[in-house]
Formats: sequence, C-alpha cells, structure tokens
Amino acid sequence: MTALKLFWSYFRVGAMNELQYRVNFFVQLFQSLIALATGLIGLALVFSHTTELGGWSRPELLVVMGVHIFMGGLIQMSIQPNMARLMEDIREGALDYTLTKPADAQVLVSVREVRIWQTVDVVVGLIVLGVAVYQLQVSVGLWQALAFAVALCLGAIMVYCFWLLLTTGAFWVVRMDNLIELFQGVYQAGRWPVTIYPDWLRTGLTFLVPVAFAVTVPAEALTNRLTPTTLLGAAAFTLGLLIVTRWFWRRGLRAYSGASA
Amino acid sequence: MNAFKALADFYLTNMKTAIACEFQYRVAQYFYMIGMIAEPVIYLVVWSTIAGAQGGSVGGYTPGQFAAYYIVWTLVRNMNIVFTPYGWEWRIRQGQLTGMLMRPLHPLHYDISWFAGWKFVVILLWLPIAVVLYLAFQPTLNPSWLQIAVFAVAIWGAYLIRTMLLWLLGLISFWTTRVSAIFELYFTLELLLSGRLVPLSLMPEWVQSLANFLPFKYAFGYPIEALVGQPTPVQLFAGLGMQLFWIVVGALAVQLVWRAGVKQFTSVGN
Repeated sequence: MTALKLFWSYFRVGAMNELQYRVNFFVQLFQSLIALATGLIGLALVFSHTTELGGWSRPELLVVMGVHIFMGGLIQMSIQPNMARLMEDIREGALDYTLTKPADAQVLVSVREVRIWQTVDVVVGLIVLGVAVYQLQVSVGLWQALAFAVALCLGAIMVYCFWLLLTTGAFWVVRMDNLIELFQGVYQAGRWPVTIYPDWLRTGLTFLVPVAFAVTVPAEALTNRLTPTTLLGAAAFTLGLLIVTRWFWRRGLRAYSGASA
Repeated sequence: MNAFKALADFYLTNMKTAIACEFQYRVAQYFYMIGMIAEPVIYLVVWSTIAGAQGGSVGGYTPGQFAAYYIVWTLVRNMNIVFTPYGWEWRIRQGQLTGMLMRPLHPLHYDISWFAGWKFVVILLWLPIAVVLYLAFQPTLNPSWLQIAVFAVAIWGAYLIRTMLLWLLGLISFWTTRVSAIFELYFTLELLLSGRLVPLSLMPEWVQSLANFLPFKYAFGYPIEALVGQPTPVQLFAGLGMQLFWIVVGALAVQLVWRAGVKQFTSVGN
C-alpha cells in the first residue's frame, strides 16, 4: 500500500514538473508519430511482398506493434528513467539520501522518476491496438481481455525486474551507461513476434531479455494463441524473477559504500 | 605544396591521436556495437522468413543473400557514424566552437580526421563480430576482386558523404536550437531511402527512382550492393563517380552554409 502511495506522490510531483514544459508534449508527439509512421511503412513493405509472416496476419502484426509501442511507452515513462537515475546515484554516492529515508529503498528507487510526456507513446500504442483489434474482425471475449491484461502486467513486471537486476550490477561495476543503449537495441526485436526468430535467438529473447513476455505473449492473448500453460509459466517466471531481483538488490546494497560515511 | 603537406601531416597526426584515444574505450565500444546488431538481425530474420514463404527469394534476394546484405550492413553502418548533428548545439553553447574558429584550419578537417582514425579502431573491433554473424547466419557471399577493391573505396566515400550531410544538418543549430523535429524527419527519410531498412530493390518503383537522385543511397545501399550483389564494372565505377559527385556537392554546400552561419555567430568571453 505504501508503495502505491509513494508512487502516486512522486507521479504527481513529476507530472507537475514536466507539465510546465508544454512544448515538449508536441516534440514527443511528433517523435511518436514519426516512429509510428516508420513502423507502419515497414509493415506495409513486408505485406507488399507476402500475405502472412510466420503464421501472423497483417492485423495480428499490428497488434504486436501496438503492444510494442504501449510497452515501450511504459518503459520510457517509468522504468528507464528510474534505472538511469539509480545508476547515476550509485556512481556519485547520492544513493545515501535515498537509503536514509524511512521507506524501502527498492520501492523508492523504482518510483521516483516519471517522464509524463512518454504517455503519448502509451496512448498511441492503445490506439494502434484498438485499430488492430477492429481489423481483426474477431470479437475479443472477456477471458481474452483478462488474459491480455494479466499478460501485460506480468510482462511489465518482468521488464522491471530485468532492468533492476542489470542496474544492481552497478554496485560492483559502477559504469553501466551503455546498458541503456544495449537494451533499446534488443527491445526493437519485440517489434515482431519472437516466434519468427531462430531457436537460439528466441530463447535469448524469452529468458535472457524478457522481450517475448513483454510483447509477444500479450499479443498472443489478443490473437487467440495463448495457452493457459504459457500464461501460468509466465506467472511462475515473474514470481521467480521478483524473488531473485529482491535478493540481488539486498546483496548489492550490502556492497554499497556510499559517499557520506 | 607546403600547405598540402601540412594538411596531410595534420590528418595523420589527428588520426593517430584518435586511434590511441578511442582504443581505450573498446569495451564501451563493443557494448554499443553489439546493441547495434539487433537492428540488422531483426530485418534479416523478417525478410528471410518472407523469402522462405515466397518460394526461396523476394526482390531478388535469397535468405543467404539477405544474410550477406545485413552482415555487410553492420560494417557500413559503423562507417556511417560521424559527428552527431545534435552535438552542434553543445559545441556552440559550451564555447568549443569559439576555440575551433581561432585555429587556422577549418573545423571540418578536425572532424573528418578524428572520425577517420576512429574508424580503424571500429573496423578492428568489428572483425570478431563479423565472424560470429557469418557463422550464425551463413550468408551467400562470393565477391570478385574488383568488387572488394571498389567496396574498400566505397565505404570511405560513404563516410565522407555522411560527414557532409550531417554537418549540414548540424549547422542549422546556428539559427535555431529547436532542431530535433528536423533531425528526426531527416533520419527517417534516410532510413527509408538509403537501403538501411531494406535493400532498395524491395522498395516500390517510384521510391527506387527517387533514391537515385538523392545522396542517401550512395552513403549506404551502394557500398553494400557493390560487395553483395552482382554489379557490372560499369555500374561499380558509376557508383563511385556518384559518390564523388555527392561529396563535392556536399562540401560546397557545407562551405556556403558555414560562411553564412559563422558570419552571424557571436560569442562572449574574456
């Protein structure tokens, strides 16, 4: 409960801060539209040469794109800025200020930063999803919608855990700036359903960098491909990841020496 | 004659400095290069899948040829990396530009020679990655000696074209700081018209004709196709000629815009 209250407080402050710079909204909107246009052109190009890709039809690939944009917006809005700030705080010793606060450090470092204008991407993703579902011409039942929502939540949590695991490495390695670029590069693989990639790549994109769980699995939920086994497996994997992340975070904190002692 | 020798000496010295400097950060460079591989690998897999579904080839490319295209892509992409146009705002604001203007040499020489030296480090670091990609994706690659020679020249031509183009973009910072919209638009056009997203033969006809009149293709798609495709010697040399043309046009444009920009540039200091 405290975690949610903290998130809401930081969210309000962060939003108030960024809402001052209204032009940034239009800049972000422009960038999101260009990215969307590029994605749609890519899709159109693919479908000028074929009618389906690895068993996925055009509206189904649009669903994948919608989830990809939506999830990307969430990551850029909340997960990435927090992890970037955590990396910097560890490097400069400013993490001390967070550790002395009366709330759990992991919660604090995960909710502090919010980039409110990235919600443009979240909205664009939802719009694309809406259009795609409409084009699918198959009514989405209640169970499917629920499975989709659950899969999205699990995917988001897994991406968060993955990011935090990597960033916790900064307690030992200190300089991890290039990780952000690396992740952004690998995340682009989520634009297409991971089932089309060769086996070794698919495994890497499922268990090494959980792009599959973040994008393909929710898309599968909406396009009638999701089996209960996969969803339960995702839930189990999420739980495991959360436990490991928590443990690793506590180990990292013990290795932290800070700047003020 | 003396001036030419001095310039060549400057280039050599700056390139050696760049190599020594950038080689220190090879681990960070590797992280960056590995992250960059994601993009061509994704394109490669998508188009190989389509080629497989369409009975073996699409747009004249078999999966093996797609693999060759996108593996060479990684080298050309690295050769394409030059001083970011976003960096100009930093140069102007931080006062670096003032220092550069005080020196007797045009700052363009500094950028060209520094990044050229860096490219040698990049090429060296790229070789292991190329081997791994070769083993993983089994490309169909058997170029002739002429193709290899032309390719070796073409990648430097591509580097120079892109230097001119991105310098032109960056110089817009002399007049406004709200440049991200223009830059993003440029990068998107470049992505589609250069052969970076897909080989140009997969684009609709009108896009291919348009690409012939623009410089983007000669900075990216042409070098790749010179090595990976089956061009005639005439086509190879015509491409090199077009590269030279765009380098000259670019350099003239840079000189014009640079003069206009510096004329209305002011800086404050002691």
